[in-house]
Amino acid sequence: MKVMNEFELKFRAKSENESFARTTVCAFAAQLDPNISEISDIRTAVSEAVTNCIVHAYKNGEGTVVINVKLLDGNMLYIKVRDKGCGIADVQKAMEPMYTTAESDERAGLGFAVMENFMDKLAVTSKPGKGTTVTMRKRIGNGK
Amino acid sequence: MILKQHERGLTVLLDGEIDHHASKTIREEIDTAIYETVPDELVLDFSIVSFMDSSGIGLVLGRYKVMHENGGSIVIEGATQPIVKVMKLSGVDKLARIR
Ligand SMILES: Nc1ncnc2c1ncn2[C@@H]1O[C@H](COP(=O)(O)OP(=O)(O)OP(=O)(O)O)[C@@H](O)[C@H]1O
Ligand SMILES: [Mg+2]
Repeated sequence: MKVMNEFELKFRAKSENESFARTTVCAFAAQLDPNISEISDIRTAVSEAVTNCIVHAYKNGEGTVVINVKLLDGNMLYIKVRDKGCGIADVQKAMEPMYTTAESDERAGLGFAVMENFMDKLAVTSKPGKGTTVTMRKRIGNGK
Repeated sequence: MILKQHERGLTVLLDGEIDHHASKTIREEIDTAIYETVPDELVLDFSIVSFMDSSGIGLVLGRYKVMHENGGSIVIEGATQPIVKVMKLSGVDKLARIR
């Protein structure tokens, strides 16, 4: 698919940046003319992916989160969120709704379920000790 | 966040964005109020919340637990469409009354 436009956002894995990250991605995605409910889906999905980097990937220290956003041919939004944190041993299990390794922190285990439901496509690749990459796609304008 | 005490219990008017960053402070403030006033019913009013992700679900589930342990109940009020969407996905609408 042809890339019409793209940008990269790199920031310190601090909770202060969660709002900044999801707002920035939505501001860029506005070029695809999404409706209110699409914007809200994108905002929430990005928040989940970024929060996971901060809460889980770098739970034992500092690190960087990198987001790549591409606007593809056919009004397709592509978002990649990656960290170089602790990684996930069993991705399939981690993606099950209600599965969490941070119950004591009042996490619901629903981040991946939200990403899967709010976007058209979700893919997660991870290597323990190396990091995790989450990619999401959503065609904008489906519901119009 | 505004706390209002009434005969049946406690109403919490939440505001702003409820994410991982914000939820820690919100949680502490609500729990302090629960322990101080011991309400039968905790009403979480979402009508002026502009954003919520799964951290908000953790927040609601956690408060449900606290209230349930003390024989109390929890009500969710004024949630806008995007917030209801996240809540429905979590099934939290089966534990808390939504109105
Ligand atoms: N970037 C990541 N690095 C390391 N582990 C991760 C990462 N993202 C997710 N995980 C693991 O996958 C589990 C499930 O993630 P998910 O987002 O679905 O739930 P959660 O973050 O635990 O809870 P919630 O998102 O509802 O607050 C996490 O508990 C964690 O163990
Ligand atoms: Mg999560």
